[in-house]
Amino acid sequence: MDKAAKILKKPFTMTLIAIFFGFLVAGIILAAAGYPTFHSLSVLLQGVFSGPKHISNVIIKSTPLILTGIGVAFAFQTGLFNIGAEGQFIMGCVAATTVGIVCDFPPVIQIPLVLAAGVLAGAVFGGMVGFLKAKFGIHEVLTSIMFNWIALYFSNFISDLKRFHKPDTMGTYAINKSGYTMILGSWKTTKEGKEVLVNNEFLRDTLLKTDVNAGILAAVVLAILVSFLLYKTTKGFELRAVGANRFAAESTGIDVNKNILHAMIISGGICGLAAAFYITGNSPHGIATLAAFENTGFNALGVCLIAASSPIGCIFAGLLFGGLLYGGQSLQYEVGAPSEIINIVIGVVVFFVALTHIIPPLVDRFSKGGKNHAK
Amino acid sequence: MLSSITLFIGITLMYSTPLAFAALGGVVSERSGVTNLGIEGMMTIGAFTGATVGYFTGSAWGGFLAAGAAGGMIALLHAFASITCRADQTISGIAINLIGPGVALFICRILFDGATMTVPVTNKIPKLFGSAGGSGALKNLNVDVTVVVALALAVLLWVFLYKTKWGFHIRAVGEHPAAADTMGIHVYRIRYLCVIVSGILAGFGGASMTLAIIPQFTPTAISGQGFIALAAVIFGKWTPHGAYGACLLFGAAQALTVILGGGSFQVPSEILAMLPYVITIIILILFVGRSAAPKASGQPYEKGER
Repeated sequence: MDKAAKILKKPFTMTLIAIFFGFLVAGIILAAAGYPTFHSLSVLLQGVFSGPKHISNVIIKSTPLILTGIGVAFAFQTGLFNIGAEGQFIMGCVAATTVGIVCDFPPVIQIPLVLAAGVLAGAVFGGMVGFLKAKFGIHEVLTSIMFNWIALYFSNFISDLKRFHKPDTMGTYAINKSGYTMILGSWKTTKEGKEVLVNNEFLRDTLLKTDVNAGILAAVVLAILVSFLLYKTTKGFELRAVGANRFAAESTGIDVNKNILHAMIISGGICGLAAAFYITGNSPHGIATLAAFENTGFNALGVCLIAASSPIGCIFAGLLFGGLLYGGQSLQYEVGAPSEIINIVIGVVVFFVALTHIIPPLVDRFSKGGKNHAK
Repeated sequence: MLSSITLFIGITLMYSTPLAFAALGGVVSERSGVTNLGIEGMMTIGAFTGATVGYFTGSAWGGFLAAGAAGGMIALLHAFASITCRADQTISGIAINLIGPGVALFICRILFDGATMTVPVTNKIPKLFGSAGGSGALKNLNVDVTVVVALALAVLLWVFLYKTKWGFHIRAVGEHPAAADTMGIHVYRIRYLCVIVSGILAGFGGASMTLAIIPQFTPTAISGQGFIALAAVIFGKWTPHGAYGACLLFGAAQALTVILGGGSFQVPSEILAMLPYVITIIILILFVGRSAAPKASGQPYEKGER
């Protein structure tokens, strides 16, 4: 009983319970709407797992969510709710696109330059939120919402500029090829590259049929780096102390305002990096005119919450989120069920994540109850 | 000149109304101590339900009321999580924002043959002076009736919160639930009611978009208005008059961009569209500054705690 209780109280178990409920509710809704529940779920799973091509597509779709999720999680650890991730991501896209189009250096310089542009733009936008909070005490949620809209319209402004707008399209030119971050991107198109890939089934599916990019590797490295920074360094301790109790942190001599500013700069920078990898690694390698928010940043909030703000957890939560979004397409295609069921699944999972903290007291009550009966 | 001024006022009122309903709802919820980050999701549900019921029944007011009911129902989820289960209100609110549009579009596709927008309603919410009403400059002021309803609601809510016993109870629960509890006020009951009212008003806000301004629900009908309403709550320092004023300001800035955009000014439309948000930030820096939420906002209350 004690062992079972211990397992039940682990955060990981609680996340699994939340995910289970997400699918349960989705199953009920699908059944109520007259769709075959089990068939739908198996189509969803097949859409994700039936071959390297699909798995690699899921990874591609998940990468921006994972990276942005890590950015949001970083701010969360400092007690800041970075609802501005959306705007920071958009600004990162704008910066990466403009720099990627204007500059044309060899890849060794071009790629770091484009990535740095994205990071800088995101960091500036996140930093402004942090600055306004630290200096004037303006609520970060309020400024973040304003900056999201400013970013949206700024992106459309750039996208419409003559210098960047590709005629007869809804967006900009693609960035120069030297900035592309697809793995073996240029080698794939050469003759010998094609020959090697066509003869190897796995490589053909993952590299030739999809455009795997370096973003996922960056996401894994970043998750480890951020975890190290947060949990193994003095700076990380300060940041988390401000998040846990800013008054206690202040009384021990930690500069709260400085840490708020730093946290927002880093968080925004990570969101900008996510955007830069998105632009350099995914076609059309540019920005499109936005009619509404594309929700990468808002979805990243969900990723971060499912991961309980753990940077490593964001990798798995991001894969779950991206996998569902990708699998949802085949659900709509094959079963005809609206793919919005995926948003419901994710929403319900997040909802149950909010509820999971009531599980430990419940487990305690039941395991105590069990002991009393044994006596 | 007079006609430009009335046009400006008319557009301001039109844009601010959906925000005002939702923001007033936000004030009610936050004042009772429950942060409502899910306004966006609740507005979307309301916008969809309003347009759908309005289309099938042919009655705009029927749709409007149904939108309130739908908003209230999804708010009940948020209330259950944040009050009974003492869940993290931020997380629960974000969940509502994911579930709301998901449910709206899911049902929309089922009801309207896979389309993500509803068929336009035939009867919109009536205009203040009737469909023909007004001439010349006055015509620009022939706004939707919902505009007046929102204004009346702001006044009523102010009176209710500051001049009645019930309002005092709500504010007490939001500032210091334990003290309110010892006075014999039912903390949970008041919070439940306030969150549900907040959802109903957000639903009204959504419906005043899809039944008055545009005649149908589309995936982008509600795209960010809920968050602007949330911003208005904070901007207005958690008061009904402040929140309503903030919504008017957003509306006015929006109207300014419409009027400037149509004029002889050589400013790109995207830069104009940015204006409301830039103005807001400047006003915040210059005049508003530090804002403090109701003390217990976002904090779950457990009976017996101090």
